[in-house]
Amino acid sequence: MTETPRRLRVLAAMSGGVDSAVAAARAAEAGHDVTGVHLALSANPQSFRTGARGCCTIEDSRDARRAADVIGIPFYVWDLAERFREDVVEDFVAEYEAGRTPNPCLRCNEKIKFAALLDKALALGFDAVATGHYATVVVNEDGSRELHRASDMAKDQSYVLGVLDERQLAHAMFPLGDTLTTKDEIRAEAERRGLAVAKKPDSHDICFIADGDTQGFLANRLGGKAEGDILDESGTKLGTHDGAFGFTIGQRKGLRIGHPAPDGKPRYVLDISPVNNTVTVGPAEALDVTSLTAIKPRWCGTPPAGSGTYTAQLRAHGGETPVTAELVDGSELRVTFTEPVRGVAPGQAIVLYDGTRVVGSATIATTARAAATAV
Amino acid sequence: MAYLDHAATTPMLPEAVGAMTAQLAVTGNASSLHAAGRWARRTVEEAREMLAESLGARPSEVVFTAGGTEADNLAVKGLYWARRDADPRRTRVLASPVEHHAVLDAVHWLGEHEGATVEYLPVDSYGRVHPAALREAIERDPSDVAMATVMWANNEIGTVMPVRELADVAGEFGVPLHADAVQAFGQLDVDFAASGLAAMTVSGHKIGGPYGIGALLLGREYTPVPVLHGGGQERHVRSGTLDAPAIAAFAVAGRIAAERREWFAREIGGLRDDLVAAVRAAVPEAVLGGDPSPAGRLPANAHFTFPGCEGDSLLLLLDAQGIECSTGSACTAGVAQPSHVVLATGTDPDLARGTLRFSFGHTSTADDVAAVAEAIGPAVERARTAGLV
Repeated sequence: MTETPRRLRVLAAMSGGVDSAVAAARAAEAGHDVTGVHLALSANPQSFRTGARGCCTIEDSRDARRAADVIGIPFYVWDLAERFREDVVEDFVAEYEAGRTPNPCLRCNEKIKFAALLDKALALGFDAVATGHYATVVVNEDGSRELHRASDMAKDQSYVLGVLDERQLAHAMFPLGDTLTTKDEIRAEAERRGLAVAKKPDSHDICFIADGDTQGFLANRLGGKAEGDILDESGTKLGTHDGAFGFTIGQRKGLRIGHPAPDGKPRYVLDISPVNNTVTVGPAEALDVTSLTAIKPRWCGTPPAGSGTYTAQLRAHGGETPVTAELVDGSELRVTFTEPVRGVAPGQAIVLYDGTRVVGSATIATTARAAATAV
Repeated sequence: MAYLDHAATTPMLPEAVGAMTAQLAVTGNASSLHAAGRWARRTVEEAREMLAESLGARPSEVVFTAGGTEADNLAVKGLYWARRDADPRRTRVLASPVEHHAVLDAVHWLGEHEGATVEYLPVDSYGRVHPAALREAIERDPSDVAMATVMWANNEIGTVMPVRELADVAGEFGVPLHADAVQAFGQLDVDFAASGLAAMTVSGHKIGGPYGIGALLLGREYTPVPVLHGGGQERHVRSGTLDAPAIAAFAVAGRIAAERREWFAREIGGLRDDLVAAVRAAVPEAVLGGDPSPAGRLPANAHFTFPGCEGDSLLLLLDAQGIECSTGSACTAGVAQPSHVVLATGTDPDLARGTLRFSFGHTSTADDVAAVAEAIGPAVERARTAGLV
């Protein structure tokens, strides 16, 4: 089953990159009535940064406009900087400050692209928002929709779309998701379509951190924090740090602990406690997580009843792992891993899959480890 | 397709296209002494005479530039520098706050980089500078005023300024007054000699001429310091090889614009009145910007504020129906900002986001008005639902 071949009024979100440009071109070629929109997400666009790119530069805006002109569709710039700052950037900083590890792309899809943007699009008479994400929408015979992984698993971005609910999905269009295309093929397609962004470098994972230096960004935002202790699992002080926010669970490098561990093995960040401003480190085995709880679940359809077996993805570029999951009281997801997994941090999103179908997502609140329990 | 953005640019007149294309095939630098140069010079000088006649000026008062922006910069910066050089106390620049960016940003630059004290003259709710306001500003210290600049008619809201009265006040104190008449030319009786202005800007592509050509009308007693230095063309005020094809076409367009001015004001002004009535009927809460009296505004301008709407949304919805207009405001990195003109008239910043400018031109028809009359009601309703995201 595929998309109903109906002429839709489509608003194509165009970042200025090659994926969203090709997505807009494909939507137009499919016969839809497409209008391009570039989201200005920074109140102070940095001018003409080259080499790297994010979502917010004058150059990106111009590139998106050029692509729209070549495709032959109307193009507008919408200022969503204030919403983006409130819902994505401040949330990102606050989560780190609380010792969690957020994924701002999920937040942006949930709150900006498929909320603020989609709502305005629908009000203006559009039927759908199209983006350059690699994911597939399947329409069932009863009209209900399912979100699936992209045909090309290596490019799949369904993880960052796992936050979309049924209503959001009903108005989402991912023209890149249902073809087996490598990035080179997408670039070749852009070239063939005369789109100047064909050779443009890929964006960083976090668009609002222009140089990719997340720690530097956080230090700038949360700097001036008191120095704190680095502890081992027994609570013995091993060293000091400049602020607990600068660490991620599973991190190995940059701990700057003067003396080696007794067993001579590397040590990893096991826990971050912003309240005490402490960072706990320990051996790799202590990172093994056997189960977790997650909150704020969002479902691509009917919430699952009872306990079920799924595969789970825990990071944007992570693999799949089998789990058993159960929704408790409609608000808390309890997940048990078949095999222990490492590098799971509160704040991250867990996305559950049934085969290639996205079942839903939730934000990790607590994790239970094989060795000890961390909160 | 209803093109209602003639204030941005208007179709070239066939006569201007003819004059331009005829010259494009002709070789000759108007500064050369040989036959080809003499021929080009004759073309340029005949065009200069023609344009001067259309604007009530002497041929020697016409300084060709590469457009309105350059003429505005030359007038503002050049007159400031010349007046300050003659007397270093003269550092005060008086400007209306509703100027086009070509004037506003030039004035601002003088303040940032050339030690100018910029003073913005008060305007009323129609965006009009009153002669008494200019007098008050100059009288505070007539000896330190370098120059003043007030546009002939506003490009966004269409309000016409009392140019003659303002020039009289400035003249009383020996202060040179410049006016950007880019929108006024072809719509109002623009007579440079009768205006009393020291300098006046006009542009080719707003009157059916080509892009990239304009002129600064410059009283013979004024010698602004050049912005562009070079071969000394145009009274040594504006160097650069003269663009004979564009100049010839500009002059032809200017002559036709001047000849048709009364027809334009009557016929095109009539279409504008119909549009204003139609919009008000469809959207009773729409607020007409600028001076509502026909004598006080450009005949081709209709400017509205639609409460609760974002101008960008209206633009998108109308564009989708083949209606091309403008919000009237400038863009920063493509993001629409409330217009400085609308804000200067005292409009609330939230309200100022919901503006639309419809501007008519020589190709406008009753069909254009009918298209807007049909589309505007539903578009406003929809844009209001979309709200101010």
